Amino acid sequence: MTQPPFYVSPEQVMKDRADFARKGIARGRSVIVVGYDKGIAFVAENRSRALHKVSEIYDRIGFAAVGKYNEFENLRVAGIRYADMRGYSYDRSDVTARGLANAYAQTLGTVFIQESKPFEVEIVVAEVGKTADEDQIYRLMYDGSVADEVGFVAMGGAAEPIEAGLKEQWRAGMPLSEVLQMAVRLLGQDPAGGEARTLDPTALEVAVLDRTRPRRTFRRINGDLLASLLSETDPTSDAPTDEASLGETHVSTNPQTQRPGAEATPDGD
Amino acid sequence: MSGRGPGRLPDAFRAPGSSSFTEFLGVHAPDLLPSRRTLPKGPVDAPHGTTIVTLTYAGGLLMAGDRRATMGNIIANRDMEKVFAADDFSVIGIAGTAGLAIELVKLFQVELEHYEKIEGALMSLEGKANRLATMIRGNLGMAMQGLTVVPVFGGYDLDASQGRIFSYDVTGGCYEEHDHHTIGSGSLFARGSLKKLWRPGLDVDQALHVAVEALYDAADDDSATGGPDLTRRIWPTVAYVEAHGVRFADEPAVHAAVEDVVAARTGNPGGAR
Repeated sequence: MTQPPFYVSPEQVMKDRADFARKGIARGRSVIVVGYDKGIAFVAENRSRALHKVSEIYDRIGFAAVGKYNEFENLRVAGIRYADMRGYSYDRSDVTARGLANAYAQTLGTVFIQESKPFEVEIVVAEVGKTADEDQIYRLMYDGSVADEVGFVAMGGAAEPIEAGLKEQWRAGMPLSEVLQMAVRLLGQDPAGGEARTLDPTALEVAVLDRTRPRRTFRRINGDLLASLLSETDPTSDAPTDEASLGETHVSTNPQTQRPGAEATPDGD
Repeated sequence: MSGRGPGRLPDAFRAPGSSSFTEFLGVHAPDLLPSRRTLPKGPVDAPHGTTIVTLTYAGGLLMAGDRRATMGNIIANRDMEKVFAADDFSVIGIAGTAGLAIELVKLFQVELEHYEKIEGALMSLEGKANRLATMIRGNLGMAMQGLTVVPVFGGYDLDASQGRIFSYDVTGGCYEEHDHHTIGSGSLFARGSLKKLWRPGLDVDQALHVAVEALYDAADDDSATGGPDLTRRIWPTVAYVEAHGVRFADEPAVHAAVEDVVAARTGNPGGAR
């Protein structure tokens, strides 16, 4: 940073930077990350099919972000590199959301203080556990502060009224369809108190970390499945897990353990 | 700005660049790449994997491997897996130095998944085959010292709706094979067998029988290839790639196919027909 021509107190510098980052974040549409009975759902208002706000990081870890696309895309790629490298040199089970959240926090914190402008992003790193109690949702702010959230997070432009709505309506163990309907209703409401919009499935980016899936738990939900999950008359309450591609597949990428079932073979040695 | 600081992501992680994991490792952690190691002079004695057969059938591709790894005249491992899922739509079988080959498979699997996550799209089948060729090329130095790795790669081409096979040589040459291919020490015998048994339009069960029979023929004449081990119940690894993804044959199905082949060969050891 260049020297300012006259004295500005550190408090003022930090406040200016924080205001700058907050303003950038507030311009974007909101993202909701919320737990349901079988995993964690990500719901974003995003009309683009290609520029994602929600992404897979690793087997059980997902990523969601609001703010400037180039900045959170940079962090997303860094996170995938971090996770893949760790999984490659240790083991897949050694990649955790906590480790990744720490790395992100340190990175965001350093950028906030040292670089000429802070990142205008807010991100969530979520890891689905074997049970709902083991789910982890970390929320990271532009200045590197981390919060460990329980159950749900909303971020972006109109996060506060959405958080209030989630606090009121969310309870543990809701099925996916109810969670999605609630999230879409909250995303559509007008923060200024005007009439709520109805969000079409094509205006949404939805993905889940489904704890019942083997290995890679991340899955995008779109098209007809999303439409029927969002419809209040359709009985579909959950994404099907035993689709044809999963029935007999036991694909893991660790060459030594890709077929857990094979260990049952009696061995004569 | 330096990339140092406790716990933060190093600058290399945030550098814009390719979506290749291998290229990223080459810049950031070259010591993790098998091709960047310096080796002592002289031969290295290490377990070798042996025979893999692969063939197409109506609706997909089958890849099967025996379970033996040898070190000279010693059987180093009798239940090693040598056929792996590379990703949801492709499989890889390995022959040559087992340790290096498994490391290569592991790296290749991460490479494909890494690309898929960063790009948000599956790599094309030719793209995957070419990435693998680049990795083999990087191993040439070690191959010169006797640590050869020669894989065979097979996948389901979602655009052409068919199984396709790619073979490699030690210099990283990548060749598309038609109908069937074999690699490893018993490959000559297995290939002869496949030539006589394979025909267009095989169904899944017939393909399984043909593959088991080809491996049986390889084990018959090559001491390094493991035959079906009826006493220990060790059967070949068999993987299928079809339009909906990779699956491995379950044990009873392979067992039944092996029993059939052994029964048919009793009193007719060459399998003449």
